[in-house]
Amino acid sequence: MKDEQIFRGTPASPGFAGGLTYLAGHARKGHYVRQKTGDAEYAHLVWAIGRATEDTAEMMLQAQGDAADIIEFQLAMLGDDTFADSARVLIDQGAAADLAWSDVLDAEIDNYAGSEDEYFRARAADLMDIRDRVLGMLRGDISEAVPSEVIYIADDITPSIFLGHDWTNGGIALRRGSTTSHVAMLARQRGIPMVVGIGFGEIEAGAPSLLDAQAGWLATEPDDSTVRAWKDGWADFDEEAQVASVFAAKPARTSDDYPVTVLVNIADPADTDHVDITHIDGVGLMRTEFLYNNGLPDEETQYKAYCKVLEWASGKPVTIRTVDAGGDKPVPGFTEEESNPFLGLRGIRLCLANPEIFAVQVRALLRAAVHDHLKVMLPMVSVTEEVTEARAIFRHELKELKAAGIPCGWPEIGIMVEVPAVAICPWRFESPEFFSIGSNDLTQYVMAASRDSGGLAALSRVDNPAVLELIGNVTRCGKETNRLVSLCGDAASDPAMVPLLIEAGVTTLSVAASRIGAVKAAISKVNFSRARSSRERRQF
Amino acid sequence: MSGATAETEVTITHVVGLHARPSVKLTKLAKTFQAKTEIAPSSNGPWVDAKSIVKVMAMKVPEGAVLHIRATGADADAAVVTLRGLVERDFDEGGGDEG
Repeated sequence: MKDEQIFRGTPASPGFAGGLTYLAGHARKGHYVRQKTGDAEYAHLVWAIGRATEDTAEMMLQAQGDAADIIEFQLAMLGDDTFADSARVLIDQGAAADLAWSDVLDAEIDNYAGSEDEYFRARAADLMDIRDRVLGMLRGDISEAVPSEVIYIADDITPSIFLGHDWTNGGIALRRGSTTSHVAMLARQRGIPMVVGIGFGEIEAGAPSLLDAQAGWLATEPDDSTVRAWKDGWADFDEEAQVASVFAAKPARTSDDYPVTVLVNIADPADTDHVDITHIDGVGLMRTEFLYNNGLPDEETQYKAYCKVLEWASGKPVTIRTVDAGGDKPVPGFTEEESNPFLGLRGIRLCLANPEIFAVQVRALLRAAVHDHLKVMLPMVSVTEEVTEARAIFRHELKELKAAGIPCGWPEIGIMVEVPAVAICPWRFESPEFFSIGSNDLTQYVMAASRDSGGLAALSRVDNPAVLELIGNVTRCGKETNRLVSLCGDAASDPAMVPLLIEAGVTTLSVAASRIGAVKAAISKVNFSRARSSRERRQF
Repeated sequence: MSGATAETEVTITHVVGLHARPSVKLTKLAKTFQAKTEIAPSSNGPWVDAKSIVKVMAMKVPEGAVLHIRATGADADAAVVTLRGLVERDFDEGGGDEG
């Protein structure tokens, strides 16, 4: 038996699949035969584009909805003479038609792949599709026949390969890829599991493998424990999908009709595409780290991203967390290399150490605060001075913006509770207008167990009495001082933890987009008054 | 052909910007006019053929960007007004789509 290997990536379309790995690129390549003259080369290229267009148009006949839109876009690209004209220039200089075509398209593909905008970056796959289809015609390639029920592994996947294959019982794992590609969108609509960004580790063809596109991993030669985790995950997924569809649209109420607030966590404005705002009470955590993926973002980029989400939320509260870089989220030019990053310069510590970088985000937030209804929270606060200092930066920037005549507003400012120093005596923190419990970090700091270490899973549990005691402490403080306490860690999305959190006094949960229905279903099974009295008995 | 030129500017309010489906709509509509139609990110250019999907997409116009439209030829005025209308109507899409 070979060793298990796990390749982690980003879920692009949730679901589960198991099968043998299939490595893409097994199409039989034909050979290009050069024509006698440049004119004949060009005529051959035009013929190949025409044939590729016909094939594409044929796919159009069977396509509907978004698939039809994608094909229509490709048809329009194929029908445009721009590429052929550029190729003609190279052909006139003596290039063969196939090389001229791929040179022109490759340059365009590079241009898209290097785009700052995720949407345009994802269009590179469409252009590869067009390139390969025309090349296939020129060379007489036999197109790739993907066997059924496999885990398809490739750098990226083109819409025509996706649309040309029946993916029933199969899945897709891409080494690069994008969650906003046309294929990702189609995969979500059709419920085909797909993970992107698994990296370039060596994967053997035909290896037994499991895909968990809910958590975002591929395992080859899986161990028994991985098989169990995958099976359990799948069973939960199916059950959740059923209950979720029933519960998602309903208001969240306990069995004795006590209302619980359900907010959503988003990591990227594109996440809002998968959430119906009428199903939730707002955004409990909007991460901003995505803005820092390609280095430090300017104010305008940030402002637009915030406005987009505020606009989508149509007046419901949106809690944006100032950048939580450091820890497991390094940002070049901002974070520092540390031997123990989780206990190092991260979150608000890093921002206060780099006030000029922080000020850019603060200005974008203050400008976005003119829209209804922005709340801002500071991550990794440990002492009251950090809040004071951060608020001073907000005040200073507000004054500057006003002096410059730029429209701006003042958001509610709260803090994340994830450092035990805050959870133990939250009363000392008087200025935060709300608390949001980051249960993942709080748990790892209370239990002294890294959340990345699989071997410590038994320790790193939010249902440890010490962790629940601290959560109860924070909710009690919130009640006494009339401040909202929400919880935005993974525990809020876990139906098994929801009753314990409610018992600990948490009545505002911020959950993953895919778990809204499942969490509401879990809430409906909790008896609130019984939970409250058992809490009092335990003297939380 | 008359040398009449018309020019205008309009802000892209579509959620993602001038992406695949809106670009297809724009180029299809531009092709219904005889006039030479062009778009640019600013009045100084670079001007790009509004009838070419390849060139329009390659501009990678984001949401919120100002788009300049100009046309030269017999039906230049109608072309500019019609293309501007399409952008103002958000490309006849509800917004919030991914495609």
